[in-house]
Amino acid sequence: MDLSAINPVLLIASLMVAATPLLLAAIGELVVEKAGVLNLGVEGMMITGAIAGFAAAVESGSPLMGFVAAAGAGALLSLLFVVLSQIALANQVASGLALTLFGLGLSALMGQKYVGVKPPAMGRIDIPVLSDLPVLGRILFSHDIVLYFGIALTAVVWAVLKYSRIGLILRAVGENHEAAHALGYKVVKIRTLAILFGGACAGLGGAYISLIRVPQWTEGMTAGVGWIALALVVFASWKPWRALLGAYLFGGITVLQLNLQAAGVAIPVEYLAMSPYLITILVLVILSADKSNAPASLGRSFHASR
Amino acid sequence: MIRLEKRPQPSRAWSMATPLVAVLATMVMGGLLFATLGKNPVEAIRTIFWEPVFGEFAFYYRPQLLVKGAPLVLIAIGLSLGFRAGIWNIGAEGQYIIGALTGAGVGLAFYPMESWIIFPLMVLAGAFGGWAWAMIPAVLKTRFGTNEILVSLMLVYVAEQFLASMSLGLLKNPEGFGFPGSRNLQQYASAHNGEIIAGSGMHWGVVAALIAVIFAYILLNRHMLGYHIRLTGEAPRAAKFAGVKPARLVLFCLGTSGALAGLAGLFEVSGPSGQVSIDFNVGYGFTAIIVAFLGRLHPVGILLAGALMALTYIGGDIAQGNLGLPSAAIQVFQGMLLFFLLAFDLLTNYRIKLGTEGAL
Amino acid sequence: MKFAKLLAGAAIALGLAAGGALAQDKTKVGFVYVGPVGDGGWTYEHNQGRLAVEKEFGDKVETVYVENVAEGPDAERVITQMALQGANLIFTTSFGYMDPTINVAAKFPDVKFEHATGYKRANNVSTYSARFYEGRAVQGTIAGRMTKSNVIGYIGSYPIPEVIRGINSAYIHAKKVNPDVQFKIVWAFTWFDPAKEADAAKVLIEQGADVILQHTDSTAPQAAAQAAGNVYTFGQASDMIEYAPAPRISSIIDNWAPYYIARTKAVMDGTWASVDTWDGIGAGMVGIGEITDAVPAEVKAEAEALMAKIASGEYHPFTGPLKKQDGSDFLGEGETADDGTLAGMNFYVEGIEGSIPE
Repeated sequence: MDLSAINPVLLIASLMVAATPLLLAAIGELVVEKAGVLNLGVEGMMITGAIAGFAAAVESGSPLMGFVAAAGAGALLSLLFVVLSQIALANQVASGLALTLFGLGLSALMGQKYVGVKPPAMGRIDIPVLSDLPVLGRILFSHDIVLYFGIALTAVVWAVLKYSRIGLILRAVGENHEAAHALGYKVVKIRTLAILFGGACAGLGGAYISLIRVPQWTEGMTAGVGWIALALVVFASWKPWRALLGAYLFGGITVLQLNLQAAGVAIPVEYLAMSPYLITILVLVILSADKSNAPASLGRSFHASR
Repeated sequence: MIRLEKRPQPSRAWSMATPLVAVLATMVMGGLLFATLGKNPVEAIRTIFWEPVFGEFAFYYRPQLLVKGAPLVLIAIGLSLGFRAGIWNIGAEGQYIIGALTGAGVGLAFYPMESWIIFPLMVLAGAFGGWAWAMIPAVLKTRFGTNEILVSLMLVYVAEQFLASMSLGLLKNPEGFGFPGSRNLQQYASAHNGEIIAGSGMHWGVVAALIAVIFAYILLNRHMLGYHIRLTGEAPRAAKFAGVKPARLVLFCLGTSGALAGLAGLFEVSGPSGQVSIDFNVGYGFTAIIVAFLGRLHPVGILLAGALMALTYIGGDIAQGNLGLPSAAIQVFQGMLLFFLLAFDLLTNYRIKLGTEGAL
Repeated sequence: MKFAKLLAGAAIALGLAAGGALAQDKTKVGFVYVGPVGDGGWTYEHNQGRLAVEKEFGDKVETVYVENVAEGPDAERVITQMALQGANLIFTTSFGYMDPTINVAAKFPDVKFEHATGYKRANNVSTYSARFYEGRAVQGTIAGRMTKSNVIGYIGSYPIPEVIRGINSAYIHAKKVNPDVQFKIVWAFTWFDPAKEADAAKVLIEQGADVILQHTDSTAPQAAAQAAGNVYTFGQASDMIEYAPAPRISSIIDNWAPYYIARTKAVMDGTWASVDTWDGIGAGMVGIGEITDAVPAEVKAEAEALMAKIASGEYHPFTGPLKKQDGSDFLGEGETADDGTLAGMNFYVEGIEGSIPE
């Protein structure tokens, strides 16, 4: 055992990378759930974003184009969920599961000719001077731009939800759609926009895996990250900054357990791997004492004539 | 402008017709997809839907429909009870895993002793395992008001890690040359859930699924508890006045669905699958959610929906083998089928009207 | 099944029913895959083997495959399906297909079955696997020479004999050329999860490893090594040549083509018999990908000499004196490990730190 082999600075820097796809997808889903919609199709939208972003980056030679395409593809796929859950008023749980199944298949079809292709690299921005700072330089000022975008997005979503009128309306729709409707807000339209936003974010998260974190395309490569993102939203009790913290915690546990293994510490891998979920359940229990967090209309269909 | 108007009563005609319309729409869209991939669309669709039931080798595939459909139906029946009452267990996959682990664990504990009592004990253990796993979200919900959707989902991942740990550790076959996975229960007569009539595909899990369908039908239509379940789902406030105790309903619905999922896991691990292995679970618990909704939470509907899902799995594999369709195309095709079934369901509960009165 | 009847009626009306039986002069070969053919690793290489069979025999052979087949009842159904559809020879390419293959084989005595990596055989069931540990010996030699930090990282999938054998073989040979070498082993508990593999590689690099060996199937560790710079890797399962000349400096390639061609030929000639094949570098089942110019010429020559000695059978990678991790004797001077011991290997050799997880 040699714990000194673990470099805490590098550990933190790499857990930030590991956490970013989770964070992007979770922030999107958080907004969706705040609007009172439960979209279990995150995994499907992520993987579709992963291939769409990968293909666009390879074809155009620009990783940024890839991210744009990934957001578009995620939003496009979520449009299917809008049709089912908002227009056809189908059950959201079933619709979300169907979306995941569809997305996994679709991405595999789209990706057939991209197996074994190397995507254009996305450089790290090394902010001059700042990135040379000891410790903080590597942790804070030496990442790719999408990672910073994820943090910025968290801040924006937090501010919008908390301070803006749009945020207020969104929350009203999620809390009590009948009342929001009575006040003259267009529930379906607002929810549709939230779902599209969620899809775009999930797409970005998927592309972060295929373009930066791994980077390559293989079928099924998101390997369950979308599901973890769903857990993360709950863990965060629908609060953006807690989602950031949670993403670092979830990502951190993975990176930490690998670090401990490499340092020769005998750890029961499976039990450590289940710990984020157990912690999430614990958080849920603690939170349920305080009912103010979960959107009250979560998962319920809305139709104006009711 | 197109506008939806809720029907006072769900339309019977449409509830019969929408599945057919959805299947037809899927065939058209799926056919287009297969044609884009350079396959003969009619041939592909014929292979998926016709070959397993009436094709040359239907004698083999028909029993396989039972094998594939039974766990789906068994789990979906349990889930539908809760779904009707607005209690959302989406962690059946985890309950399925735990049921298989406890059931197989009891069986393996007796190895190599042979006795008629072993299999019944395994059945009890499997049901208990699933029940106990489902009791976690149930108790958390009744005690603390914790959201059962999320807790049951989280417990799926916990169960998967348990499964990996058991396959590599406690339940590992000591004669398996160090490979992960337990002994094969198919080769342990007392613990084997074999075919009741050879070549029929009929194992105890199929019997249990059929019993569950009948049981659920009677419960929902003839029994006070079933009435309470339906009432809670349709009119929660009225249910309270009618004296329904929500906590007891939660415990009952989650417990029953957990026990049935656990049973499905036990029958699978001791029968068709044979062993506990890292990849033992193949998503029946999640697919069953879809089956429950496709069957409109009605026992008979679930039976048909389970058969339909089983058909697309088996037909899909045949299409891969015979026509060289990639499995991804089959997945997309199944996704389309679900989309159409869910979308057209709208026509059962709503009328589409043209007009401007009221906004969507 | 109302709709099915309906559809059938429609199909007949369109005059497109029933494909008709195939001409039986063709040899039909089936392949059952556990992953998608686009996984770029294990299943991808089996599919390359299938394509090689098609190329070799052209019109005389017809191949079919089903991908993403879950181990268990689905596998049993798909294997049966192939046998029913007239396959003469069926390759089942995952360890978990062992019992299903044996079950189906009992029902179809005239069909030949070939199960990869298993240990159960029958009159019409052969088993085949590759001695990947031979390739690991070559990798270990190169790795031991190439490392400057003397820390070699190893990404394992699951703690099973196959993987443990590879770790031991690589360690023994790295140690032989570099007595100061140390192995850091990380278990990913997955065969395939690019993100996790990338994380594992990064962690190993951060902890000082400058050569990474992997026993998982994606190229993610290669990409991580490239991003880190000055780290060397080896391709796994497929050549991963897109990462040459560095970080990928060589590779172990699962080359199933010669075996698949030979077995198909045996069925055509009527000479097929049940065998247990465990082939290595010599028979070409374990391919060593090009050793790139990033490796100094003398190291390359050393590795090639080792390859040649293993291929000719002159040298066995597990040759004593060797001790187990706990210090007890494993092999005496000049003694080589028998196949039974290798097949069930569940211990580290002396010098490797850490314990095998359960």
